[in-house]
Amino acid sequence: MTRKEFAYFFLRNKKVIFAMCVLGFLTFLAVVGPYISPYKDPLAFVGLGYQPPSKQHWLGTNTFGQDIFTQLVHGLRTSLFVGLVGGSLATVIGLLIGFVAGYRGGWIDELLMMFTNILMVIPTLALLIIIAAYLPYRGIFIQSLIIGFTAWPWTARAVRAQALSLKTREFVDLARITARRPLKIIFGEIMPNMMSYVFMVFILQFGGAILAATGLDFIGLGPTRGMSLGIMLQQATLWNAIQLGMWWWAITPGAVITLIVATLYIMNTGLDEIFNPKLREM
Amino acid sequence: MSFLVVQNLTKEYPLGLLGKEKLKAVDDVSFEIERSKIVSLIGESGSGKTTIGKLVLRLLKPTSGRIVFDGKDVFSLRKEELRDYYRRVQGVFQDPFSSFNPIYKIDRVFDMVFEEFLPEVKASERKARIEQVLVSVGLNPSQILGKYPHQLSGGQLQRILIARILLLDVELLVADEIISMLDASTRVDVLNLLGDLKKRGMSVIFITHDLSLGYYISDEALIMYRGSIVEMGDTEKVFRNPVHPYTRMLLESVPEVGKKWDLRERFTPELIGGDSASCKYYDRCPIRERHCRTAHLQMVEVEENHKVLCLKAGA
Repeated sequence: MTRKEFAYFFLRNKKVIFAMCVLGFLTFLAVVGPYISPYKDPLAFVGLGYQPPSKQHWLGTNTFGQDIFTQLVHGLRTSLFVGLVGGSLATVIGLLIGFVAGYRGGWIDELLMMFTNILMVIPTLALLIIIAAYLPYRGIFIQSLIIGFTAWPWTARAVRAQALSLKTREFVDLARITARRPLKIIFGEIMPNMMSYVFMVFILQFGGAILAATGLDFIGLGPTRGMSLGIMLQQATLWNAIQLGMWWWAITPGAVITLIVATLYIMNTGLDEIFNPKLREM
Repeated sequence: MSFLVVQNLTKEYPLGLLGKEKLKAVDDVSFEIERSKIVSLIGESGSGKTTIGKLVLRLLKPTSGRIVFDGKDVFSLRKEELRDYYRRVQGVFQDPFSSFNPIYKIDRVFDMVFEEFLPEVKASERKARIEQVLVSVGLNPSQILGKYPHQLSGGQLQRILIARILLLDVELLVADEIISMLDASTRVDVLNLLGDLKKRGMSVIFITHDLSLGYYISDEALIMYRGSIVEMGDTEKVFRNPVHPYTRMLLESVPEVGKKWDLRERFTPELIGGDSASCKYYDRCPIRERHCRTAHLQMVEVEENHKVLCLKAGA
């Protein structure tokens, strides 16, 4: 597909445009939000408790008088960071392992796939709980690493399948009889054909990492310092926000997480239509 | 003078979970190719003809046996020797659609040839030479260059691949079913082009399942059945005087213009797994005898430059 064609279909696809707008807005909020919020520290007690949204507190306050909007924008930062780092890590590891296994084949393939399958059958959440529980201090970076190192197996399997099919195409043979070096064949012939797929895998891993982080936060194994959307959810549940009718505390973080992940999925289906001509709505 | 010698070439693929069973795609094949000769490799699908082509192009490693080109074992070539080998030995593959990387313009196959083999040629000269070879395969350069593979037809793509060969002074071409994608009118052009190249000293391994094409173009014919060469020799002799029952069956099954198909005619199809006899054609053979099952088979010369792998040859 030419760049021009790509731009044409990209700009015509409503799903992608919608998703780009929402994600752009959320990223903007995460970057600028902490500066436009009147309160600097998401953990500071800045007002009365139990306050519904108002001019002083845009999204109200929680039981202790902490500002929900400030918590939300800081939490959004954390979630996007975890998604970016954890998702990238999982994509890169999955791509490397899957590609080497598929391209080299033989016993290297057997070995790597055995390793991948073992990691796949271990319940990730249980593993995450154990690892997280052993670390006395947990920052969001450590959390991203843990998520990244456990989320890659299915990516590896899918990439392996792609590499297996691509390496037997005749254009690879043609490059070989043109005396191309193996590395040039990998990066010039095979990899470019996988990029659209890898890009979509990254988006799914991005959303997956955010959800995994939320799960950990919610059961109390999130970052020991700082604020995240999952921690907000956990606290809202612990302090009976729903029973006390504090909808602004209980619903907001969950709604934002849902918005991020749903948008990513919409983006993915939209991109699928762009990369795969058969799915395009004409 | 033979410049490509294939000796006892065997390629096995492991079958099943533990790979104990072996599928012999190419089974102890030996032949020689002389300069300026077109040799057609004829056989049904699965007979191993494409595998032989890929082995000659070094795209697969043989299980045993050797391929010697110009006195050197092809599989011992390294780096610059290998580059030199590919400068002299080239191939055109079966499927033109998958021979092009879909994300690049077709110009890239020419650029790669210049980058790897002819880096000294200047950019301005490159364009002239590309246009020249495109014209010689009957294509209009302005309609071809700058296009993506999916914008062109199979026949056009196939001819681009042939044009690519013309950039180099190739001595041996492995042409794997290169005609099957072309329509009848361009077929003859490409066949005649191969004939011209032969006159300039190029040899061709012409892989085909089409007997009439094999007859039309080649000096020698190798008939393959399930990985083995069953009959080989001068095309004229093999086609005029087929000895092996498989070759005879193949020649009888060619439909002819002006002759209605006899519906009473019956062919024994290939049996799956009927592999116990020493002669691979045993199960389908109309003239088989008991000792064909166990006896050791060897190529027999029926006349000068015409050999056959059958115990009953000449009988």
